[in-house]
Amino acid sequence: MRRFVLRRLAYAALSLFLLSVTIFFFVRVTGDPTVLLVEPGASKSDLEALRHDLGLDRSLAVQYGAFMRDILRGDFGRSFYYRTPVLELYVSRLPNSILLAAAAMAFSLLIGIPSGILAAVRVGGFWDSAGKLFALLGLSMPSFWVGLLLILFFSVYLGWLPSSGSGTAWHVLMPAFALGWYFAAAHMRLTRSSMLEVLGSEYVKLARLKGLPEMRVIAKHAFKNALIPVLTLAGINLVLMVNVAVVVETVFAWPGIGRLLYEGIAFRDFPVVQATVLLAGSMIVVVNLVVDVLYAVIDPRIRYER
Amino acid sequence: MSVSPAPAAPSPVASAPFTYRVPRIRTEGLPMLPIVILVTLAVLAVLADVIAPHNPEIGSLSQRFRPPAWIAGGSTEHLLGTDHIGRDVLSRLIFGARVSMIVGFTAVIIAGVLGSTLGILSGYLGGWVDQVIMRVTDTWLALPGLTFAIFLAAIVGPSEWNIVIILGAVYWTRYARVIRSEVLSLKERDFVRLAIVAGCSKWTIMRRHLLPNVLNTAIVLATLMLGVVIVTEAALSFLGVGVPPPKPAWGLMLADGKKGLMAGYWWLTVFPGLCIVLMVLAANLLGDWLRVKLDPQLRQL
Repeated sequence: MRRFVLRRLAYAALSLFLLSVTIFFFVRVTGDPTVLLVEPGASKSDLEALRHDLGLDRSLAVQYGAFMRDILRGDFGRSFYYRTPVLELYVSRLPNSILLAAAAMAFSLLIGIPSGILAAVRVGGFWDSAGKLFALLGLSMPSFWVGLLLILFFSVYLGWLPSSGSGTAWHVLMPAFALGWYFAAAHMRLTRSSMLEVLGSEYVKLARLKGLPEMRVIAKHAFKNALIPVLTLAGINLVLMVNVAVVVETVFAWPGIGRLLYEGIAFRDFPVVQATVLLAGSMIVVVNLVVDVLYAVIDPRIRYER
Repeated sequence: MSVSPAPAAPSPVASAPFTYRVPRIRTEGLPMLPIVILVTLAVLAVLADVIAPHNPEIGSLSQRFRPPAWIAGGSTEHLLGTDHIGRDVLSRLIFGARVSMIVGFTAVIIAGVLGSTLGILSGYLGGWVDQVIMRVTDTWLALPGLTFAIFLAAIVGPSEWNIVIILGAVYWTRYARVIRSEVLSLKERDFVRLAIVAGCSKWTIMRRHLLPNVLNTAIVLATLMLGVVIVTEAALSFLGVGVPPPKPAWGLMLADGKKGLMAGYWWLTVFPGLCIVLMVLAANLLGDWLRVKLDPQLRQL
């Protein structure tokens, strides 16, 4: 077990290292980074000064060392637009993103799990086909278009919900639905296949043989076990939702980190873009590590593979 | 379909009558809906200059925000209405099909060639080559596709071809993963062992024996990726780091449409989105069908 955890830790550390190298590489090698790092409209002498400050005449390895030293200290540079440290900005926006992701997750599970169970219980029937159609639509409709349609219907046509901003519970509803839409389809698919697997297992057959009512078999014996993979996926997706809400947050002017990334592009605020991407990747590497280790704790077979 | 009558007496003479039997295309079982959608979009894309009623990039301000023809205030001149600078929505949608097709297909092909090559190398050669390629793949997979694409687009700047390269660079990892695992099992098979015994070089084995065997998987993946790539392109364009204006791209049209959203100009939002959904839906349906037909191993994916 310890060897397994250590190896996974080493992989994760390597991934984080490669992530930083990738980002460093793309910034430095795809042209002159001073153009990205200096505010638009800076003079030639400013550029020269910055080039000297950044030590662009030094070797790439030395430059990378300096880049990493700053990041490990928590120094992601200063935002050109807000004139504050990027990390401060990021931390101030993060709670909004987590709130949105949590609400979106609630939506996606509330829709995905019941419809997945229904499709599995009535496999091949009407509800199964309806579920398939729903999953297909969920995976094919871009979340930001769903968001725009929601605004059109609930804000413009009906006038019930605020179209943008944050503050009240009403503000969360539409962005959460738009963001959760895609994931609802994914959760539905997994719930269905996981339920089908469990329903075919011996202990479910035994429960039926005992003469338990079908409702009880499904709810107590099958559902509880089918839920494990779904909740694992939901855990990973929650972290993903925090980080992929760029377009939805932009549509609804929701002040989270996705919106921060958008502002980073719109105002050519490169330190913000770089930090957001680096932190998104790091978060996902860490959550993958946690999931791997938890799985090994639950299932000893995984520890010994390879 | 009826069988065409066989020639009464096969003429032994050299100047036999020229007979051509129309090849029978088996239409049963083909997923007609996605094929019809994709073919229609492809025809629109190729013939956009002929079909589109107006210039997609030039509008007249006197014609701005005209609703679709069937609504009071609309005219048959602009069937699906006009946008905030009076450009014809229908024409922009038709030319937008061209942008989506070009970007979607080239990006999927670039990602596919890159990912399959690296997947085969990684799976067959093993050792440090495998380690290096797979660690890079894992790391790149950790970045959400859209976020990574935004980052790259912010660096290299928006242009149609940059987007193609960016999407290729972001999405090759998915191919590499799947193709590698396929190669890992293929290389234990007898035909590969026989090829080694016969003295084939590693290069020949990869090119002549492994590549043809993973091609099906690559095609299935490519079809499924087409939808992802098109949505990503639309999202990038929507955010202003994709196809640069005034080019008619569907994502760009949605960004323009948002300006008229609160005023209730719904046609600017509904129609481009519908086009994206149709194309992605078609790609997903076709991909699902191909998966079942070509690659039983991927069925559970």
